[in-house]
Amino acid sequence: MQLHNLTIREASELLTSKKISSVELTQAVLQRAHDVDDKIKSYVTITDDVALEQAKQADERIAKGENVTPLTGIPFAMKDCISTRGVRTTCSSKILEDYVPQYNATVTNKLADSGAVLVGKTNMDEFGMGSSCENSGLFNTHNPWDLDRVPGGSSGGSAAAMSASQATFTIGEDTGGSVRMPAGFCNVTGIKPTYGRVSRYGLISLVSSFDCIGPMTRDVYDCATVLEAIAGHDEKDSTTYNAPVPQYHQNINKSVKGMKLGIPKEYFVAGMEAGVESSIQEAIRTYEKLGMEIHEVSLPNTKYALPVYYLLLFAEASSNLARFDGTRFGLSVSENAKDVIDIYLQTRHEGFGDEVKRRIMLGAYALSAGYYDAYYLKAQKVRTLLRQDFELALSSVDILLAPTCPTTAFKLGEKTNDPLEMYLSDIYVVATNPAGVPALALPCGFSNNMPVGMQLIGKHLDEQTLFQVGNAYQQVTDWHKQQPNL
Amino acid sequence: MTQTIDTNTVKHVATLVRLGISEEEAQKFSGQFSSIIDYFNMLNEVDTENVTPASDIANAENVLREDVVKPSMSHEEFIKNAPKSERGYVKVPTVLGEE
Repeated sequence: MQLHNLTIREASELLTSKKISSVELTQAVLQRAHDVDDKIKSYVTITDDVALEQAKQADERIAKGENVTPLTGIPFAMKDCISTRGVRTTCSSKILEDYVPQYNATVTNKLADSGAVLVGKTNMDEFGMGSSCENSGLFNTHNPWDLDRVPGGSSGGSAAAMSASQATFTIGEDTGGSVRMPAGFCNVTGIKPTYGRVSRYGLISLVSSFDCIGPMTRDVYDCATVLEAIAGHDEKDSTTYNAPVPQYHQNINKSVKGMKLGIPKEYFVAGMEAGVESSIQEAIRTYEKLGMEIHEVSLPNTKYALPVYYLLLFAEASSNLARFDGTRFGLSVSENAKDVIDIYLQTRHEGFGDEVKRRIMLGAYALSAGYYDAYYLKAQKVRTLLRQDFELALSSVDILLAPTCPTTAFKLGEKTNDPLEMYLSDIYVVATNPAGVPALALPCGFSNNMPVGMQLIGKHLDEQTLFQVGNAYQQVTDWHKQQPNL
Repeated sequence: MTQTIDTNTVKHVATLVRLGISEEEAQKFSGQFSSIIDYFNMLNEVDTENVTPASDIANAENVLREDVVKPSMSHEEFIKNAPKSERGYVKVPTVLGEE
């Protein structure tokens, strides 16, 4: 038994039965994290000291039998856009390279309260802007299944760390597929919860009306465990639902027989890699064998999801990123600055990478006089239609199934010269965020030795059904148990 | 219809977002922006005549709370990350110039 390969459930059983200590488990995971990180480069920061201190505290909790949760003593890694007091939080941007937050995100606090152990902060596309982690302002992360390929993005570090067993679970953030797309590329399970299910307080905002923090794990059961710990109302984020968080494991083993699975026909069009399509079709057959009814459904506005998503992202990001001005925190370039505007211009020029520059400029363009109606307002109108598409489709079936990406992981450098080409890799994952609905990504096969991912899309606040249907699949398949050779 | 975004427009939007930009960068971005915006123009195909723009995503209700003072981060802690500060204030060069 290798401690770094355990699921949360297995590790927790060993911890609470005192067969292992959290310090032992944490040391094993830290060792693994260090051993393979030269190749993978998942981590921006590995927090050995914080981890060992938290592990000791977890062991004390377990020894006393006080306040022990399923995450007590479990080592995890956090995407580097989520604030951790006293631990550098970079968003993989030069502009925040040395930024150390003075406060915790609500998610950080909740995980600390549950007794989870922070082993590090993971690499990402700068501010979440990208689909391959190649827009990180710090360095590239490599796919553990093939080091010449990307891990996907923007939560590429969290996906790669999970896949390479550098943590027992990781936290990602999904603005338009940033949990699901890399989960698919790296053979891990991950959820984008319903918008408003998990507090965004302390998350460095990309698109405030899309951003969703979500766990990445070895299996669906673990994913439910972590979501339950981080979800819920937060007075510091008024967009969180004031609704109780269900006990997600309660129905997780319930049969899916007789439930209706919708297959959105617009997701099965030309351009999908053959091995991806056959894996998805095989998954559909598996559900049929499990007794689900398969129905073709239509999401007619699917092809407009990408422009809607990107236009609204540009607009919101250009406004959200205005805070990085070189005066209150982060990088400050003030050489020969004659006034404060000079500091803004120089700091942002040096601190932001090209993709960030592109997006905030395009945002200002889409919001500017003369273009507001044609771009921003138009996109908000089509967003209403996208939302209605999901409502209508999900009124006749329980859940939808679709691929997470038309291809498996592409090569490093393959799409970096053409921003539009890179945007197109998000085509299957972006529609859920403008609509706010939850989606669970899970491994469903391999194409040319690279992992294929699928996503289950559900109704608002119905993560429970996603976990039930996802778990049913993982009970009869073992794709999620496959690990890369490192 | 191909919509071109010329370098002057790029420089203008760079000013709007307070981003320093070189001539070389303006040229590079100009070409990229044109192809991206051109792709996005496909939204014109969609009939949105009677469609209400989305304004909220989850909770349609306004959230209110009592205006009660609670403990927050100390001033000392808050100012710690400022690149330059003096007597507890963030220090910057001239804000209001002679322009």
